[in-house]
Amino acid sequence: MIDLLGIPPQALFGQLLLGLINGAFYAILSLGLAIIFGLLNIINFAHGAQYMLGALVSWMLLNYLGINYWWALLLVPIIVGFTGVVLERVLISRLYHLDHLYGLLLTFGLALIIQGFARNYYGISGLPYTIPSQLAGGQNLGFMFLPNYRGWVVVASLAVCITTWFVIEKTKLGAYLRAATENPSLVGAFGINVPRMITLTYGFGVALAAFAGVLAAPIYSVNPNMGADLIIVVFAVVVIGGMGSILGSILTGFGLGLVEGLTRVFYPEGSAVVIFVIMALVLLVKPAGLFGRTA
Amino acid sequence: MSVVAEPNTMRLPEERTTGAMPGYHIAIFALLLGLALIAPFFLYPVFLMKVMCFALFACALNLLLGFGGLLSFGHAAFFGGAAYVSAHAAKVWGLTPEVAIILGTLSGALLGLVIGSFAIRRQGIYFAMVTLAFAQMVYFAALQMPFTGGEDGIQNVPRGDLFGVISLNSDMSLYFMVLAIVFGGLLAIYRIIHSPFGQVLKAIRENEPRAISLGYRVNNYKLTVFVLSAALAGLAGATKAIVFQLASLTDVHWSMSGEAVLMTLIGGMGTVFGPLVGAAIIVTMQNYLASLGAWVTIIQGFIFVIAVLLFREGVVGLIAKRLRRPL
Repeated sequence: MIDLLGIPPQALFGQLLLGLINGAFYAILSLGLAIIFGLLNIINFAHGAQYMLGALVSWMLLNYLGINYWWALLLVPIIVGFTGVVLERVLISRLYHLDHLYGLLLTFGLALIIQGFARNYYGISGLPYTIPSQLAGGQNLGFMFLPNYRGWVVVASLAVCITTWFVIEKTKLGAYLRAATENPSLVGAFGINVPRMITLTYGFGVALAAFAGVLAAPIYSVNPNMGADLIIVVFAVVVIGGMGSILGSILTGFGLGLVEGLTRVFYPEGSAVVIFVIMALVLLVKPAGLFGRTA
Repeated sequence: MSVVAEPNTMRLPEERTTGAMPGYHIAIFALLLGLALIAPFFLYPVFLMKVMCFALFACALNLLLGFGGLLSFGHAAFFGGAAYVSAHAAKVWGLTPEVAIILGTLSGALLGLVIGSFAIRRQGIYFAMVTLAFAQMVYFAALQMPFTGGEDGIQNVPRGDLFGVISLNSDMSLYFMVLAIVFGGLLAIYRIIHSPFGQVLKAIRENEPRAISLGYRVNNYKLTVFVLSAALAGLAGATKAIVFQLASLTDVHWSMSGEAVLMTLIGGMGTVFGPLVGAAIIVTMQNYLASLGAWVTIIQGFIFVIAVLLFREGVVGLIAKRLRRPL
């Protein structure tokens, strides 16, 4: 087989696929962060913990109740999203009149609590979650081997991202949401229940994170720390993309995943930090972020 | 319900910002010094030194957060980075502890200059995210670079002889060196806060556009306070490396930044003495609960949540409000 730039194509495309999958998680998580930030004006530091919770709850459903992957894909976002709704009602909603930093600190505390409990009861060694039988195996595409499950993750996350984009940009519900992001008191004056909308938006953002967690469970083992390190990279992704645009978040997420995958092929030592380096460059050239609106 | 944030929600009691130190501040400093001088005869000196190092770390963060209004979630990079440099200087280069600590402090300042000049390009929560991301970069660097010892860290750092003369191997002599460093650091922070520079910082915190329109080069001020804060965090980390004879990945991990923020928050953001109290509370708690493992994290999480919801002024902030005096 021919080598591309001295790299066997199997390795190159394998890493690109891995990059695309990481990118899918970056995209879903940064999308959720952007939606929450748009309406609530807080950065949801618990987002990584909620992603982990998604993976953990799907493991619990399978092992305690025998509920399989496909039901988990539906149920887990609802369950975890509902915990998000409760958190917003009981805790976060008390902070809207304060400096945004307090929202960050509160959700940081929530992340510590969620991760601490998971570590306490499930250890840090990681819980295995088997790939559903329908998606086991893979396809030989000639230039690379594509495990079915990984292909599914890319397709499913793209579908979720595009659906979210469509709902927010093209439907009436999305129009309300965008209007409330611009000017909540005016939207409230038109008779729309803005506080309820805020609550549901937070729940939806959390549900997105949980959905990503379910997708991730069979790829990475379910680990209490799986969200903590990921969320910091997602923060960098959000700084690079800016939170002004839904489509921007999706593109930045997938794009950076691919860049990270390529780095892993050509300069493996740099793959852990390449996104942070790109963040630094973007801050120099376009401080508001690639798709950001200047405040 | 309005989602728009009120300005000045981090408002503090009015303070006398320049001029001579008010009498009761002198009294508090004297009292602290007196307590610190007799404490090692009653309490375990290593524990006290840990409290002091973290107190200086939290005060450094508070200089940036409480007085500059900038939340850094990446201060572990300066604390831990300086710890590595001073540990390396003392162990591999065989330098005396005071030189190792100075080198560590300078490395903290340098790292602060680099990270700060990127971070000040964004405001508010973006600032927090940028500092966090850069600190994670420093963490990965510490994980991979050969001189940091990876997972093992730098162990068995010699305490050495102060100025090449006074042996620091006894906890008592080390204690008084640490006390001198930390007390000096606190006085420096006090001086910075109450200087004209500190006044301008306060103005920027309260209303940045107005400070700009008054002709202040806001970014220079922000960068300066960032570097000062990073240097002081570095001083704390470098001292800690000599005291515990160890620099490890824990020191550069994001959870260390979170701890500094927590200490500042429960002690009282924007108060002079708050972070000291916060550090004492958190370190004591960690000490007594160390056997509980992951519960420490859970309890810290709950403290965060409770502090943000009910207790935003912090311990010292509440006392200051009651006394109607800035503390």
